[in-house]
Amino acid sequence: MRHLLSAADLDAAEITEILDLGEEMALVQGRPVKKLPALRGRTVVNLFFEDSTRTRSSFELAGKWLSADVINISAKGSSVSKGESLRDTVLTVASMGVDALVIRHMASGAPLQAARWFAELGLGVHVVNAGDGTHEHPTQALLDAFTLRRHFRAQEPRRGDDRDLETFAGRRIAVVGDITHSRVARSNVALLTTLGAQVVLVAPPTLLPAGVDGWPVEVRTDLDAVLGEVDAVMMLRVQRERMSGGYFPTPREYTVGYGLTRARLGLLRPGAAIAHPGPMNRGLEISADAADSAGSLILDQVAAGVAVRMSVLYQLLGGADEGGALR
Amino acid sequence: MSSPTSGGTGDVLVLGADLAGRGAADLLIRDGRFADPHDAHPDAHRVDAYGLVALPGLVDLHTHLREPGREDAETVATGTAAAARGGYTAVLAMANTSPVTDTAEAAEHLLDVGRSAGSAQVVPIGAVSKGLAGEELAELGLMARSAARTRVFSDDGHCVADARLMRRALEYVRAFDGVVAQHAQDPRLAGPDACCDEGPVSGRLGLPGWPAVAEAGIVARDVGLAELTRSRLHVCHVSTAETVDVLRWAKQRGIEVTAEVTPHHLLLTVDELLGYDPTYKVNPPLRSAEDVAAVRDALTDGTIDVVATDHAPHARHDKEHAFVDAASGMLGLETALAVVVETMVRPGSLGWGEVATRMSSVPAHIARLGDQGRPLAVGEPANLTLVDPARRTTVDRDTSVSLSRNNPWHGRDLPDPVVATWWAGRATYGR
Repeated sequence: MRHLLSAADLDAAEITEILDLGEEMALVQGRPVKKLPALRGRTVVNLFFEDSTRTRSSFELAGKWLSADVINISAKGSSVSKGESLRDTVLTVASMGVDALVIRHMASGAPLQAARWFAELGLGVHVVNAGDGTHEHPTQALLDAFTLRRHFRAQEPRRGDDRDLETFAGRRIAVVGDITHSRVARSNVALLTTLGAQVVLVAPPTLLPAGVDGWPVEVRTDLDAVLGEVDAVMMLRVQRERMSGGYFPTPREYTVGYGLTRARLGLLRPGAAIAHPGPMNRGLEISADAADSAGSLILDQVAAGVAVRMSVLYQLLGGADEGGALR
Repeated sequence: MSSPTSGGTGDVLVLGADLAGRGAADLLIRDGRFADPHDAHPDAHRVDAYGLVALPGLVDLHTHLREPGREDAETVATGTAAAARGGYTAVLAMANTSPVTDTAEAAEHLLDVGRSAGSAQVVPIGAVSKGLAGEELAELGLMARSAARTRVFSDDGHCVADARLMRRALEYVRAFDGVVAQHAQDPRLAGPDACCDEGPVSGRLGLPGWPAVAEAGIVARDVGLAELTRSRLHVCHVSTAETVDVLRWAKQRGIEVTAEVTPHHLLLTVDELLGYDPTYKVNPPLRSAEDVAAVRDALTDGTIDVVATDHAPHARHDKEHAFVDAASGMLGLETALAVVVETMVRPGSLGWGEVATRMSSVPAHIARLGDQGRPLAVGEPANLTLVDPARRTTVDRDTSVSLSRNNPWHGRDLPDPVVATWWAGRATYGR
């Protein structure tokens, strides 16, 4: 594999390779001097068609700590409205001779289309999907798995759990909220399922995607009944445009039905983890008490983001002939 | 196969073709009409058509010629050349050009361009509403009275969503035997972003869903309006099993409704979208295999009356956006008969006589075209398509005579049936 386009493209061994290398990268993060020379002379372009402070910063730090030259291009606004086709935009950037394009786009599939155009023209640029529409966000799922793996191994060590399939076997992880429009949910379903975990999707029926019955998950609509059965709960952000889209009557009603409120914290098993991909709507899908509770992994996720993205960039670009999970 | 151009006398004698499944006979083309082959001049140009099938020239109820306005994507000349190559002798040109065909002047202009540049008869379709805006009726009667003699009215590309406007349009066109061709898409259920059949694939790909009920719901309403107004309704590009059920019910009730299916909805499924290739973006979207089976059955039993192409050329750059942003539509004229042969004739669902009704005589009748879709008989206009049922090819988009390349059949092995086409006795295609 020469790109990271979808979490569904990764098998368990490849995921492990990325996560294990991420642990090594995390050690670098803890040092006073964080720079590794690994990608010196390589160029990474963050091509963001959609605003994202945290994902872009995370990729930027990841590239810089590996000594790559990193450029951020904000191509906000639809390429249609600017008159330039997506193909022209991505080919223009790729033709400058960059090594990797990290693409964030508001339209599902855009990074996959870019990768196909590069292949048709024989361009060797690597593509990382940094979130495409309501499709996938594979590095988010990798950093979530990285964070959960650490949590499970520390919280409830198992024999042989230096192997990911052992760490995740039978773990039940609830993903709660707007599944329909969530690229985080799609990538997490693919990745966590590959690792052997059981994913439980919890949402009002208006926010469950078409065909979800065919996904390898359990689908529930009653959050209270689920909370006591899971090892981790991942709360999804409610996008502002959904609040007026008729998917649920009012934000207040959403919080009562699907928010991780202070009262609901008591329903969680002891030691259960709380995750959120950010940015949070405190008071809507997650209460301050939950976000700041002892079980919250939210800041760990942010830290893991840089380490995992360093690992991904290294896997793609590190050494011309070195085999890595993504090569 | 010899060239279909006429000999020195002007007579063309087509020898031995099977006349739409009714047995082999000779055909004489003289002065634009079929004449008695026994009267052929000894020097008549002879076309060996033994083993071939003769069909009346095909009639497409649903073509986008893009002229005026987007002559970079298609023109009347190139679009009708593609039509001739696909065996068509008449195309009904949709109104969503720029400017929109919503006045008698616009319709007559298109008629004139067709007469001077066309390789097939160009029949303007008039818009139902001014500017396709769905608010007030376009000048339907003036278009009907114009030299274009418009009988088919459609806002295609947009649904006439307002029930009262649709009712008035149906009522009004009854005065001149018109028909309203509806693009059935409830805009509240399938908005402008909707681009993928709502189901497992849309959910997995994260593409905005276009649910089947958004089509069937409008058709259910419109057959009711057709019954209320005692007028003629035509349903464009039927894509779902649900719509087929509604049509079957309406026809049993005696409602005057006709319907079309496109070649792509007869063969391609939503699975083509898995690679996010905008070549496969079309409206209504490609559906499930069950829907494909349902529209094939409906075409077989006559619930769906005709095959229409929805030939929709697009400049390459309009297809090179992200999937949800790319233009909708695919080419169809050159390959329509090939797909019908592959999906309907070869499996034995349709005979050649039924192909002739569904692709020529019935569409001509719906559009009230007097000189098209006629029997292959002495005295009739010489609109003729010669077909080789056995020949196959791998479709190559670069050999198309269309200006556009949004060809979903590129690289596929398909029948290559059309051998030659004559429109009013004039050879418009031959290989």
